Amino acid sequence: MRSALHAEWTKIRTVSAPLRLLLGGVAATVALSAAAASVATCTSPTCGGDPTRLSLTGVILGQAFVAVLAVQVIAGEYGTGMIRTTLLATPRRTVTLAAKAVTLTGVVTAAGTVAVLGSLLAGRFILPAPSPVDGPALRATVGSILYLTLIALLGLGLATILRDSATSIGTVLGVLYLFPVLAQVIGDPQAQRLLQRAGPMSAGLAVQATTGLDDLPIGPWTGLAVTAGWAAAALFTGGLLLHIRDA
Amino acid sequence: MTRTATPHRPGGSESGRDGFPRVLHAEWTKFRTVPGWVSGTVTAALLVVLFAALAGISADQKDAPPVPIGPGGGPVTDSFYFVHRPLTGNGGVTVSVSALHSLIPTGPADLRPGAVPWAKAGLIIKDGTRPGSPYAAIMVTGGHGVRMQDGYVHDTAGPSGPATAASPRWLRLDRTGDTITGHASTDGTHWTKVRTVHVTGLGPTAHIGLFVASPPSVHGMGTRGTVSTAVFEDLRVHGHGGGGWTGEQVGPDSPTFAGYLANTTGSFTGSGGRLTVTGAGDVAPAVRETLPTGGTLADILTGTFAALVAVTVVAALSITTEYRTGLIRLTLTAGPSRARVLLAKAVVLGGVTFAAGLAGALLAVPLGERLARTNGVYVFPATSATELRVQLGTAATLATASILALSLGAVLRHGAGAVTAAIVALVLPHLLTAVPFMPADASNWLARVTPAAAFSVQQTLERPHQVTSIYTPYNGYYPLAPGAGFAVLAAYAAVTLAVAAVLLRRRDA
Repeated sequence: MRSALHAEWTKIRTVSAPLRLLLGGVAATVALSAAAASVATCTSPTCGGDPTRLSLTGVILGQAFVAVLAVQVIAGEYGTGMIRTTLLATPRRTVTLAAKAVTLTGVVTAAGTVAVLGSLLAGRFILPAPSPVDGPALRATVGSILYLTLIALLGLGLATILRDSATSIGTVLGVLYLFPVLAQVIGDPQAQRLLQRAGPMSAGLAVQATTGLDDLPIGPWTGLAVTAGWAAAALFTGGLLLHIRDA
Repeated sequence: MTRTATPHRPGGSESGRDGFPRVLHAEWTKFRTVPGWVSGTVTAALLVVLFAALAGISADQKDAPPVPIGPGGGPVTDSFYFVHRPLTGNGGVTVSVSALHSLIPTGPADLRPGAVPWAKAGLIIKDGTRPGSPYAAIMVTGGHGVRMQDGYVHDTAGPSGPATAASPRWLRLDRTGDTITGHASTDGTHWTKVRTVHVTGLGPTAHIGLFVASPPSVHGMGTRGTVSTAVFEDLRVHGHGGGGWTGEQVGPDSPTFAGYLANTTGSFTGSGGRLTVTGAGDVAPAVRETLPTGGTLADILTGTFAALVAVTVVAALSITTEYRTGLIRLTLTAGPSRARVLLAKAVVLGGVTFAAGLAGALLAVPLGERLARTNGVYVFPATSATELRVQLGTAATLATASILALSLGAVLRHGAGAVTAAIVALVLPHLLTAVPFMPADASNWLARVTPAAAFSVQQTLERPHQVTSIYTPYNGYYPLAPGAGFAVLAAYAAVTLAVAAVLLRRRDA
């Protein structure tokens, strides 16, 4: 496992694309968050706003960069045929996948922390009523970082199943973005709530809420657990398929 | 494979060797022989239909009260406080308005005086109290001076300025057959004609009287109900009819009326020739905000977003796969004019996607409309020409998005990056407009400058100038006209395609 980890770390460190994606993701997250905070009209809890959540809007863009990175970690290897070398070096395939997951978790957590803290910092400078530093705000901060990490693992799992980078990223972004879009047109309120609870993005981002928790379709941590469930299911299925299929 | 499909003639002109039809044929053969690409395109069409069916089936408004329909066939808001008496045959009514005040909620059970620009108080002749029945009215408004309105959509400006005790506004409304004339005056002696209108559908006995309406006021991403009170003086009626004045709320159960605020109600009280009337609601075309349960063609075509994902994946793959497998070198050897190869790919991909998207949209719209109507959902009306424009526009948007994704694929030579860029550019703006407290300006800016502007091809709603509401893409109102919105996406695609052609020529494959 240690050598597999070392191999994965070397791969991710020595190619320029992952670093560019992570830096791009951080920049995009902070930029969109700052833009949202500066244009929003209702920014304080007195008018029903949620300054912390508003400061973290950029996560919905940043997750796309994280997903591309996660997909490339494995689908990129299928694209170039590198996967056969990797599996030759580490014949225990689940170890390979675990090493990839651990490496990915590490780099995305690091980049996610920078992106989330950067967004909050930008929000504090821009918003007239900056977010307080309290329990719910801490939950939103830690939750957003965990959310980005879970999206990376979901991307890794789906890419292991689908093996093609374009198809995988289409599926990941489809699963993330389409649930909220579909929920808007579903007329039945119960079905709508169910969709918002089931979607990895709409449920997971509930963790960013610091006010009006009763109006959320799902509780903050429960919502993040839904995202974790998606990631776990994708990784498990991916691991199983990696084990039984020819590379 | 049929040779007859190839216009290339052996031994023909010199350009025939790498002539465009030949390259086109090669690309078409590649596309149709890869099962994944064909099934991806078919999936895109099916997703459009599937989402339309889901949107139609999931709604259940069978028990909802009927939406009032105006004489023009469009949905209307027809809920206001009406102090009326019958008027048989010709006649008229005169009154002066010396005050119009509105109350806006600032918190639960906390009402503050505020400005409601389209609060209305004045005279109205109406066929009856049935919501949607024909009328003509002359009124003082909160911020737009005196107006004469009829048929819910027509609006003519009269003398400007508010009505106050120091400077009241006199209003007069006369009926001669189907002709209604409105006059206004600032002193009660010198009258100016605002407009003469023909109102069809007024019965021999119409209802005539005073009315007060108070439309919702916009706050952030939502609207709040308001209530307005007007003071009338010197009310005089000439003509047959008789009877006392009756106060009544028109359309109290109408779906386009949100009802009164807590502790308020429509009323009229009179003393010494002064009548004080309080009312809420509006007499105007219905907009999305006042009729949130109504569906639009854009709602029915929500599957376009899902189709977009499938289409961009196929488009990006159609070039990045060639790079991955090395086939690109063979392709470029066979057709050394690299720009032509790229153009041929764009034509094949765009054509196939357009056909699939059109098939999906042609099926989805009637199916979704039918299912929604069966379930009691009111679908905002659209002419068949508009419907066709929406369907063709949806197909064209998908096709152009596929060309954008193809070009991004050629520039980045990296499938995931191309797909992500295309999806983020087209889907994310739609999600951002749904973020609570995102102001209308920001939403409209996104729908102007990002490729998502193209979704304006699906808009069927028109924004009436006499209704203050939230006109954002989220509610189905786009800042750009359908053609202009589509042109934004087309420009992105054209520029990216040009960059891709230049890079393809300059770079080694």
